[in-house]
Amino acid sequence: MTAKIKEFPGVGLRESDFTERKVLFTEWKPNAQYAWDAGIAIGRYLAELKEGRIIGVHCHRCRRTVVPPRIFCEWCFRPMDEWVYLEDHGVVNTFSICHVRWDMERLEEPLIPAVIEIAGASKGMGILHLLGEVDPKQVKIGMKVKAVWKPAAERIGAITDILYFKPVE
Amino acid sequence: MGLRKVAVVGAGMTKFVRRAQETGRELAYEAAKMALDSCELTLDDVDAVALGTAPDAFDAVHMKGEYLSDGAGAWRKPFMRSYVGGGTGVFAPIQGWYHVASGLFDVCLVVCEEKMSSCQPHPQGAFLTIFDHTTERPLGPNLLWIFALEMNRYMQTYGLQKKDIALVSVKNKRNAADHPCALLGDPNITVEDVLNSEVLAWPVQRLDVSPVTDGAVAVVLAAENVAKRITDKPVWIKGVGWSLDTAYWTNRDLYYPKYVEYAARMAYEMAGIREPRKEIHVVEPYDPFDYKELHHLEGLLLADKGEAPRLTAEGVTARTGNMPVCPSGGLLGVGNPIAAAGLMKVAEIFWQLRGEAGKRQVPGKPITGLAQAWGDLMQVGTVIILGIGG
Ligand SMILES: [Zn+2]
Repeated sequence: MTAKIKEFPGVGLRESDFTERKVLFTEWKPNAQYAWDAGIAIGRYLAELKEGRIIGVHCHRCRRTVVPPRIFCEWCFRPMDEWVYLEDHGVVNTFSICHVRWDMERLEEPLIPAVIEIAGASKGMGILHLLGEVDPKQVKIGMKVKAVWKPAAERIGAITDILYFKPVE
Repeated sequence: MGLRKVAVVGAGMTKFVRRAQETGRELAYEAAKMALDSCELTLDDVDAVALGTAPDAFDAVHMKGEYLSDGAGAWRKPFMRSYVGGGTGVFAPIQGWYHVASGLFDVCLVVCEEKMSSCQPHPQGAFLTIFDHTTERPLGPNLLWIFALEMNRYMQTYGLQKKDIALVSVKNKRNAADHPCALLGDPNITVEDVLNSEVLAWPVQRLDVSPVTDGAVAVVLAAENVAKRITDKPVWIKGVGWSLDTAYWTNRDLYYPKYVEYAARMAYEMAGIREPRKEIHVVEPYDPFDYKELHHLEGLLLADKGEAPRLTAEGVTARTGNMPVCPSGGLLGVGNPIAAAGLMKVAEIFWQLRGEAGKRQVPGKPITGLAQAWGDLMQVGTVIILGIGG
């Protein structure tokens, strides 16, 4: 069929068609605000972050300790059995060196997001966070990193109570 | 299973462009009308409509399915919209398939539309909300992060270099030069061009990615008895599969897409395929990023783990190779209007199996092909297997 068709519909426009107002268009800015409930498991997780601790949960049946915590084991589909305090250090499972913001504006200093496997949890149990105090060129998968906490008085019970993770010797 | 045989009997698509002047509804209409015209049907012949489109937030129209329904030909008809992120473009025809296979409807029109350019300053702003609002979004994530993290894990696991992966982008963009609807076809692109493109989020560079695109694609599905009246070249849906992994994505090993394997196994079993590497002749895996084509070929069991880059380097996946992959040009070459891009892959297999893909036609008269899509929080796999004869 494509071999027979010569013309396909669809009219492409350029950025300049908009900036020079060559085409008709309309604009709208959303103003949606949300207030989320953290829930039972993440609520406790955040409360512990405020105290400078990382907490996970353990399932006796599959013997996994997972983080971030949840009240049910998605494998066994039964309640988790206990809360477990984890270490505030871990290993870089993977990372990126990101030079652009969400709106594709360029950053002066790159951000280094990473999945960090938290010590004390089962193998492979990572959380998303940022790396800091490190030369981007020196970051390696498998690198040991430790949480850098906000001063206790400034913590609010948020993932950002950990400023970033930095390499440890 | 007591299911009826279902055929694809027609297909249509719009050009994939960076900013379409047409509205989403207009794009949906153009693709749907072309698909009907291609098999000489009218809207009166259509019993039900299945529509796929990605986040409502792209268009800031809540209940976007209903908004698009007129353009998709759903006026006063049974209508259903599906959405599993990037997996939507292959999930929507699966939904159309079970509408017909179940015996409920004889003809189902499947339409996928995406207009990403409406969202300013960048559709990432809408897509960012896939991250967990409490544990991840306060870190100021960028949508590229998850792909970069996954790609880096994949490269590390198998000791791959960027040049091993850039070959995919080169292959697909070159293939797309032969596609009349392609946004990003480039017959002369080289590996160096990809390696020298701007670093966005290492290891992801500008030419590793398919950018924001607008477009629509439609296919017509028909039950066996009807299909044989409509066309003497029906393309049968031999198998379908879909699977969803956990949203605790940081708890998974990102080097391998297990959910794609689950979806593929479901589809192979339904299609009676035991040796996919011998029995699948043309493949359209989802390639919004170049490493994803490799990742997905492995998840589809069409390459051993870590071996897909070697197949690419050796030309096995070239249009003239033993296992042509993305002869259309894929998302990297044709463009990535999310849901429409997935259905474009189904349409491409349809055209390839009918020998109607023009300059893109793979040699050797393929009789079985596979299309696959992927999405949500890197967690969904959708697979469809098409075949002629039998
Ligand atoms: Zn368990």
